[in-house]
Amino acid sequence: MDFLRPATWEDALAMKAARPDATPIQGGTDVMVEINLDKGRPTALLDLNPVAELSRWSWTAGPAPMLRVGAGVTYTRLIAELGGWLPGLAQASRTVGSPQIRNRGTLVGNLGAASPAGDGHPPLLASGALVEAESVRGTRLIPIGEFYMGVKRNALEGDELIRAVHVPPAAGPQCFAKVGTRNAMVIAVCSFAVALDLRARRAGTGIGSAAPTPRRAHAAEEFLAGELDWDGAGPVDPALARRFGELVAEAAAPIDDVRGRADYRRHALAVMARRALGWAWAEREV
Amino acid sequence: MKTETRTSLGVGASAPRPDGALKVAGAFAYASDLWLDGMLWGATLRSPHPSAWIRSIDVGPALALPGVFAVLTHEDVPGAKFYGLEHADQPVLAVDQVRYQGEPVAIVAADHPETARRAAAAVVVEYEVRAAVTDARRAALDPACPLVHPGGNVVRHQPVRAGSAGSGAEVVVTGEYEVGMQDQAFLGPEAGLAVPADDGGVDLYVATQWLHVDRDQIAPCLALPEDKVRLTLAGVGGAFGAREDLSMQIHASMLALRTGRPVKIVYGREESFFGHVHRHPAWMRYEHGATADGRLVYVKAEIVLDGGAYCSSSPAVVGNAASLGVGPYEVENVWIDAYAAYTNNPPCGAMRGFGAVQACYAYESQMDRLAAACGLSPVEIRVRNAVSQGSRLATGQVIDSPAPLAAMLGELAAMPLPGPPAYAPSGSRRQGGSGARARGMIGTREEPDPRRLPGGVGRTTRGEGVRRGVGYGVGIKNICFSEGFDDYSTARVRVELLGGEPHALVHTAAAEVGQGLVAVQAQIARTELGVDRVTVAPADTSVGSAGSSSASRQSYVTGGAVKAACEAVRRRLEALAAADPGLSLGELLDRYGPVEETREYRHRPTVPLDPVTGQGDSHTQLALCVHRAVVDVDVELGLVKVVELAAVQDVGRILNPLALEGQIHGGSAQGLGLALLEEIQMRDGRVLNPSFTDYLIPTILDMPPMRLSILENPDPNAPYGLRGAGEPPTLSSTPAVAAAVRAATGLALPRVPIRPEDIALAHTG
Ligand SMILES: Cc1cc2nc3c(=O)[nH]c(=O)nc-3n(C[C@H](O)[C@H](O)[C@H](O)COP(=O)(O)OP(=O)(O)OC[C@H]3O[C@@H](n4cnc5c(N)ncnc54)[C@H](O)[C@@H]3O)c2cc1C
Repeated sequence: MDFLRPATWEDALAMKAARPDATPIQGGTDVMVEINLDKGRPTALLDLNPVAELSRWSWTAGPAPMLRVGAGVTYTRLIAELGGWLPGLAQASRTVGSPQIRNRGTLVGNLGAASPAGDGHPPLLASGALVEAESVRGTRLIPIGEFYMGVKRNALEGDELIRAVHVPPAAGPQCFAKVGTRNAMVIAVCSFAVALDLRARRAGTGIGSAAPTPRRAHAAEEFLAGELDWDGAGPVDPALARRFGELVAEAAAPIDDVRGRADYRRHALAVMARRALGWAWAEREV
Repeated sequence: MKTETRTSLGVGASAPRPDGALKVAGAFAYASDLWLDGMLWGATLRSPHPSAWIRSIDVGPALALPGVFAVLTHEDVPGAKFYGLEHADQPVLAVDQVRYQGEPVAIVAADHPETARRAAAAVVVEYEVRAAVTDARRAALDPACPLVHPGGNVVRHQPVRAGSAGSGAEVVVTGEYEVGMQDQAFLGPEAGLAVPADDGGVDLYVATQWLHVDRDQIAPCLALPEDKVRLTLAGVGGAFGAREDLSMQIHASMLALRTGRPVKIVYGREESFFGHVHRHPAWMRYEHGATADGRLVYVKAEIVLDGGAYCSSSPAVVGNAASLGVGPYEVENVWIDAYAAYTNNPPCGAMRGFGAVQACYAYESQMDRLAAACGLSPVEIRVRNAVSQGSRLATGQVIDSPAPLAAMLGELAAMPLPGPPAYAPSGSRRQGGSGARARGMIGTREEPDPRRLPGGVGRTTRGEGVRRGVGYGVGIKNICFSEGFDDYSTARVRVELLGGEPHALVHTAAAEVGQGLVAVQAQIARTELGVDRVTVAPADTSVGSAGSSSASRQSYVTGGAVKAACEAVRRRLEALAAADPGLSLGELLDRYGPVEETREYRHRPTVPLDPVTGQGDSHTQLALCVHRAVVDVDVELGLVKVVELAAVQDVGRILNPLALEGQIHGGSAQGLGLALLEEIQMRDGRVLNPSFTDYLIPTILDMPPMRLSILENPDPNAPYGLRGAGEPPTLSSTPAVAAAVRAATGLALPRVPIRPEDIALAHTG
């Protein structure tokens, strides 16, 4: 196994172009586990940690600036530094593993692994993030909904690396909820994120661990855009919240596995979506 | 000799453990850290099938790999091909067939662990897969079930018959209960280092629970006399019963003897799940009859334990389940049948609580049902039937030391309950109490601290769907080995001058598995000898057997042996002092030299249960623990937060308060794990979750703070009056948590661990 250590982003891209088989490693909290379990031994590791610029975040230019979260930004820093703008993502980050894992692990690592159970995905889907992928051939921004291709498969080409994720700052309340059998340090049985955009009068959604890929609940989003009384005061109509939950559950395609049963996942999604909508809606009053 | 005053770190003090700071700092050397220059690494090829004939094994491709020194199969076992704790039915390496997934088939030694693993994978084994027997009830009770072993599928059937069956009850409750397969989940995987010796023997450094019984099993398989198999305890990273059976001991020794090089074997985490026995899953059918005012008239029970592919300690586990099958309650008429069956599931054997855990879950669930049927509180039904000193167990054995169960329950019930839930009641998020809210805020303004709610940091509720429940559990555990076993320990104690100061050296073969025994042995020596400076020598087989670090027995038996050896030393010193009055201990030692004595200590003998009636004084000591659990359950999502566990335990005499509390906390956590999380999931004889990713043990957010009351009603038969303490809390916390979840949900929940869907989907079907 070769160990490649680029000092700059340009070096990293060149190395990845020369060695498309190389596995990038950032926090290593997925990569090292796989190596330890001897699952698909990489021929080469491309260590991105020396590339200092990756651990920075900034604002993008333009009329609707987004947060550009560098590939090296850990969950711990994301929570502390970006939680005010990205509350849904911060909540999801807070549920990842343990403090040790959050000190090493990154959102971009979550995207690289593309596990359907990754906690970073639902809030990214709910807020319409963009993945900044780059190769020696150039840069492209992949809409998050087009990024997940299958179980642990993403849209990156062999020579591409993720440089950053672009996430719009919250335009309204956001909530993330995750069911795990244990009260911490647990892989999601299923998870759900909702992001209200009070100006555009729409809601984004994201479902985790209940389909081959993380996915949005399109019908549920359309339902809210059309049926929610966006000007109304007071709590959300319980019947509407329930219907929203049902639509979220219907959007899922869960399986039975060692972590939970498909029917439970569907049920739990309906409950979480109903509750999360209620919390988000109530939060807009304060 | 001037008798010195009690030393400060004697019996009763929270003497610090010599391994404690090292373990916390990550500096403790575990068996997996063993190292010798030039050593080889062993690896094990295991069966992928739960049941198959082996048609052929070709080791050629493995031997051809550079760096490989040996590849061995059953043909290379020098002596006996089978071993076992109670029956030698387990092959050292599979002979012609495999009976469980993970059974060792071949072993390899290579100059690098990776090479060894690859070589093991390169061995070609041709299997002819058979249908696996995986239903223990069928295996035990259906004569048409295929046989896992030619002698029959029943490992042991133990009836208990007392009084007459089924007479005169006004209230009858029945229930069927199930306990999943729990794992000991120790953190330090199986590991050891075998070093070939010049005399043709082997020196083995290994993490185990009982050095001498390891040797008893290893030596015949190596065709070596016992004195050529010498064991030294290596750093043990937890045991909980899983190290009672052999794992890598014979394999590493075979490889070392074959290659003439030291051989180290360390299991990985996944391999560890296949490398040790688990707690027996159980299916239990109970019927309790009582008078209208809740006094037990009879108990009938059928208990089936899945023993898995090999015997291990299943017979003794059955003996416990049978003899303790009604719990610490007075009942005249008892009809119990307890079985362990062979199946093609993983072998099951010792785990903390040892057969008493499964029965406790069932009989306590029954007591709650009976309370409901009689209109009594869970505490009252238990108090009305509680044993006390002088009570007769179902086996006819009379409890002859204090057993103040009713008082313990009274004390438990009188403990203050934890404050109101940390969340605002559903629908009105502003009523949470400003104090609680202020403490609780870690996220958005109004949100209570999710860590205090079911679902934890997953933030699945802010109070919606949350109901509180309180439940009680009571358990009775035998301490020390039972049923006529010659259960003893040996201690050698030497007092001498070191650097001009009196010093005591304590040497036993007792395994420190994390329970704090090294500290306790030193405390006893300090108290008995009045000597401050005490060293506990490494445990090895150059001193007599200490018996197993299990059955909550080491403080009792090895503690007893150390005490006896110290007393013998003290008597000699006193005799010297009488002959030479006026001298200090140091002066005596200076004049007469070191004083050394070795003693064996035995507890009172027990007898086997009668095979037909199950009668007999099978236990030497019985211990009680009672738990109260308070839970918050999100009934819609089926998620549980245990808010508080309270326990009252009678330990006879506290030797080390800090270590004891640790035992009660840990045992309670393990019981909580069985109630809510911990299960090796099986399908068709295959393990589905052999990792800590999916075998979930409680974290600090799952285990609540505990309220403890520890009683000291001495047992006059035991050293210092002590009562073994490690296991009882593991029994009663499971039913207490389950009862609390039932109270919160109103559901029957007849199976542990309780899964979220058992609650959340209970009404939707
Ligand atoms: C104990 C434990 C608990 C965990 N708990 C959770 C949990 O609760 N929730 C959860 O979602 N995850 C969890 N994880 C998984 C892991 O922590 C996360 O997926 C994390 O986001 C990975 O980030 P990383 O920086 O460590 O990634 P790495 O391990 O370094 O990489 C992960 C993947 O991304 C690829 N990659 C990394 N950087 C780039 C890049 N710049 N461009 C392209 N590809 C890249 C790698 O090649 C690899 O495929 C847990 C892991 C452990 C060990």
